[in-house]
Amino acid sequence: MCGIIGLHLRTPALEGELGVLATQMLEAMTDRGPDSAGIAIYDDARPGVTRYSLRSPAMGYDWTGLGDLLDAEVRLVGTDAVLSSSGDPDAFVARLGSKAPELDLVSWGQSLEVFKDVGSPREICERYGIRSRTGYQAIGHTRMATESAVTTQHSHPFSPAADLCFVHNGSFSNYFTVRRDLEGEGVRFETDNDTEVGARLVALEMARGSDLGDALRTLAKTMDGFYTLLVSTKDQFAVVRDPFACKPAVVAETPDYVAMSSEYRALAGLPDIEKAEVFEPMPEEIHTWTRSTVMS
Amino acid sequence: MDTLNCDELTTRQINERLRNLPDGSKVFVSQPRGKHSLAVGLTNRIDIIIDGNAGYYIGGLGDGPDITVLGFVGWGVGENLMNGTIRVQGNASESAGSSAHGGLLVVEGDSSLRTGISLKGGTIAVAGDVGAMSAFMAQAGTILVGGNAGDALGDSLYEATIYVGGGIRSLGSDARIEDLTEADVLIVKDLAALAGFDHIEPENVKKVASAKQLYNFDAVKAHKY
Repeated sequence: MCGIIGLHLRTPALEGELGVLATQMLEAMTDRGPDSAGIAIYDDARPGVTRYSLRSPAMGYDWTGLGDLLDAEVRLVGTDAVLSSSGDPDAFVARLGSKAPELDLVSWGQSLEVFKDVGSPREICERYGIRSRTGYQAIGHTRMATESAVTTQHSHPFSPAADLCFVHNGSFSNYFTVRRDLEGEGVRFETDNDTEVGARLVALEMARGSDLGDALRTLAKTMDGFYTLLVSTKDQFAVVRDPFACKPAVVAETPDYVAMSSEYRALAGLPDIEKAEVFEPMPEEIHTWTRSTVMS
Repeated sequence: MDTLNCDELTTRQINERLRNLPDGSKVFVSQPRGKHSLAVGLTNRIDIIIDGNAGYYIGGLGDGPDITVLGFVGWGVGENLMNGTIRVQGNASESAGSSAHGGLLVVEGDSSLRTGISLKGGTIAVAGDVGAMSAFMAQAGTILVGGNAGDALGDSLYEATIYVGGGIRSLGSDARIEDLTEADVLIVKDLAALAGFDHIEPENVKKVASAKQLYNFDAVKAHKY
């Protein structure tokens, strides 16, 4: 069992409350996934600047030194750091890999930051100051591991491409076969986790030009198993469930937001929830929502 | 009427208070906010009104109370119901009334996938539609669907009977449409009246029951496995 939450805002009026709402939603899913938790926050980009969410396996890492070395701006977040750089992302990632191979690159992109770790949602949201975050979109996950180890690297969200985030409730059964096929196409993996395979499949499809909906259709054809997925990009938010709808999903839509969760409990505290249209996505239906305009 | 507020009491405290009420009591459960397992395992004859949207397993294992939910419910409402009634004014999520041995579950909206899965003698009346795989392996009891049924209705049915007012997207293995008898029409008429549905035409529903081809294992076909 795992818990999923997501909030895609349609009005700038709620952007100041994103962190508070997402934290409350994630905490409501604690008993679906008490072993690890993670959250992705999207806020408006500074043009041309890419952010890199980094995690050090050891405490007391010299982030300032790393920032100087890579000529990047450093912001400390809990025990992790977010580096910002206007340079070419591929070149930056390559330099990061050679200068600091011990670090985990948790996510990168113009709008996205990801924080995740082993522990309870409350503890993790507090450590990374999620309540005070603003932004236009958040997706989160609480994990009860079934397929692989309980470590930070194995926890969700998985972010295998710029501004792409992927969370999963369920278990893929044929992931090893799909992984072998993807490796044959040059895709590299960081863990032995089933969800990472789904995430990298979507990333590969999108790199080849698919839109998010088509990438999820390919995933539904390729991956066997149980899943409710919430996948987000810089401006999209998508939900899909396996053909048997083995794992729960509830969506609430209002003019101000689209919210999704494993259970209604996590949605019950959202503003104007009593006026929301609440529904469950049916098996294999792919629901996508796109941010209509870039809001300033 | 007593009120138990879910914002002030834990689910365990609410269920304990409900369990200790004398027969004939009426009680209001407020602010449910999607909480699970409210009013489960009760055996007293009391009236419970849950004022809002509730979570999983509402009224499960009930053997006595009459429960009304003024909203929608999550998975497994009335799971393993023994006796008494549960009425949901909104929609019900997956596996409503699963394994119910007795009692009556009424859903005034739609009921999602696997409604009445493994039904064991209970009665389920849904005003709207039911999702795919409803009545899967249902062994005994009755399901009335006012709207449409999804894919694989009644797959591997045993002795349960399903009546559908609208269309059936597909029947499951070993489920078949049978002719309505006068007794069936009476059953549907009574059940619709009991559920308070006025949109059912008892003479025009479709009856789905087991073709009984999967009923017993056929040793002659053993080589197929």
